[in-house]
Amino acid sequence: MSKIRVLAGTRKGAFILSSDAARRQWQIDGPYFGGWEIYHVAGSPADPDRLYASQSNAWFGQIIQRSDDGGRSWQQPGNKGVEPGINPDGSLRGSSNKFLYDTSPETGAELTTHQWYDGSLKPWEFKRVWHLKPAPHDPDTVYAGVEDAALFRSTDGGLSWQELAGLRGHGSGPLWQPGAGGMCLHTILLDPDNPQRIFIAISAAGAFRTDDGGKSWKAINKGLHSDYIPDPDAETGHCVHKLAMHPSRPGVLYMQKHWDVMRSDNAGDLWHEVSDNLPTDFGFAIDVHAHDPDIVYVVPIKSDMEHYPPDGKLRVYRSRSGGGGWEELSRGLPAKNCYVNVLRDAMAVDSLDDCGIYFGTTGGQIYCSADAGDNWQAIAEHLPPVLSVEVQTLR
Amino acid sequence: MKPAQQISPQTVRVILPFQLQTLARCPAEVPLELTPPVTQRRLLRALEARYPELSGAIVDHATGKRRPLLRFFAGKQDLSHHDPDAPLPEGVATGRDEFIILGAIAGG
Repeated sequence: MSKIRVLAGTRKGAFILSSDAARRQWQIDGPYFGGWEIYHVAGSPADPDRLYASQSNAWFGQIIQRSDDGGRSWQQPGNKGVEPGINPDGSLRGSSNKFLYDTSPETGAELTTHQWYDGSLKPWEFKRVWHLKPAPHDPDTVYAGVEDAALFRSTDGGLSWQELAGLRGHGSGPLWQPGAGGMCLHTILLDPDNPQRIFIAISAAGAFRTDDGGKSWKAINKGLHSDYIPDPDAETGHCVHKLAMHPSRPGVLYMQKHWDVMRSDNAGDLWHEVSDNLPTDFGFAIDVHAHDPDIVYVVPIKSDMEHYPPDGKLRVYRSRSGGGGWEELSRGLPAKNCYVNVLRDAMAVDSLDDCGIYFGTTGGQIYCSADAGDNWQAIAEHLPPVLSVEVQTLR
Repeated sequence: MKPAQQISPQTVRVILPFQLQTLARCPAEVPLELTPPVTQRRLLRALEARYPELSGAIVDHATGKRRPLLRFFAGKQDLSHHDPDAPLPEGVATGRDEFIILGAIAGG
């Protein structure tokens, strides 16, 4: 019988929620890494027991944790089966977690500055891993989106990380500015039909695509409009909050932007707006039904200055037509006095026949709909602020 | 011909904050055997060699320096800005005083 495993990253640890296919009764395990910010927990499609977690805080930096048993136990990748000590070359045995920008002449890019909010120049400095994307066919291959924006990849299960420096070397990097949360690479989408194609998004540089496995990148922001950018044809600078894609149609992308919900039908070469009748088109999270690429979900947030639902009423909106014609979904969600936010990585779907939709809030709740959004229940209510939600369907 | 004089290692005591204890699954006080000179750099290297989970969590991977929101104290002295290659106070080197690694009380 199928089971569901929800992986939640929060401000004070990771939690794993488990249920059967009915999705009514939930067991909550955690906190794992209690007290630490867990930006993201993701499972490998190739081996569902292989999980990766991004554990970080400002004091002690970035740690990557890995589980090989579905979250019951965790280790840093460097430590597994390694006797601590120092190698003959002076390096530490068992050490991992090194995210060093590649500035080598062979494969790297010059470490430049980027702009700060006031236009002054700041050095490019690693802060943390925002998003992990395990590859579809190899449990040891995983991508990491980091702040200050860059893309890394590990092919040894998280033990070592190499930057795909072509992105940072795009040329427009010195013009990039951070969004309110930092200059983060928060979205990584892998084209299931083309291993050379990857989509990423950066707050607040915009969306980019590679068609050669990360060596070179193209800004894909044409058609986006942002009032704060004087040049209407600016190649970069748009604050993209999240991208979503259905694996059956990798050329169709959805975007929740800092204002506007957008769609592209040509892999990001051109975007058009599909906000239509949403009560507000500001928000962070966006996702697609597991079995129908035209069914899209967003959580409208009142405004960029008011990060909570309009009217204090928490609602998810669903389009059945690939954007536009949005219908309100609120049965079982708080109808008043609800002033939480739903962050960009805090929405996910399962792949059961009646697709389940999940999202977590900054108020510490995780909601689940077992019927594609028609009805909702809280499956966790008192967690720390939820930073991310991922779902595994275990068969 | 006299045999070469052997330098005996000394036991220094390192106090870790709670977060690093859980990260490394180690006790609050960690004894380390170090031969002289006992310096900040050698002490931290020995700590990381013993607990590789702490690699990068005290000394930044990129800069090779103390992470900015951490401080080092010993014998009622703030050693955070001391030369990492200078000998630590005798009290630390002999184990009389603990070498304390402390996170800044900031930001909740």
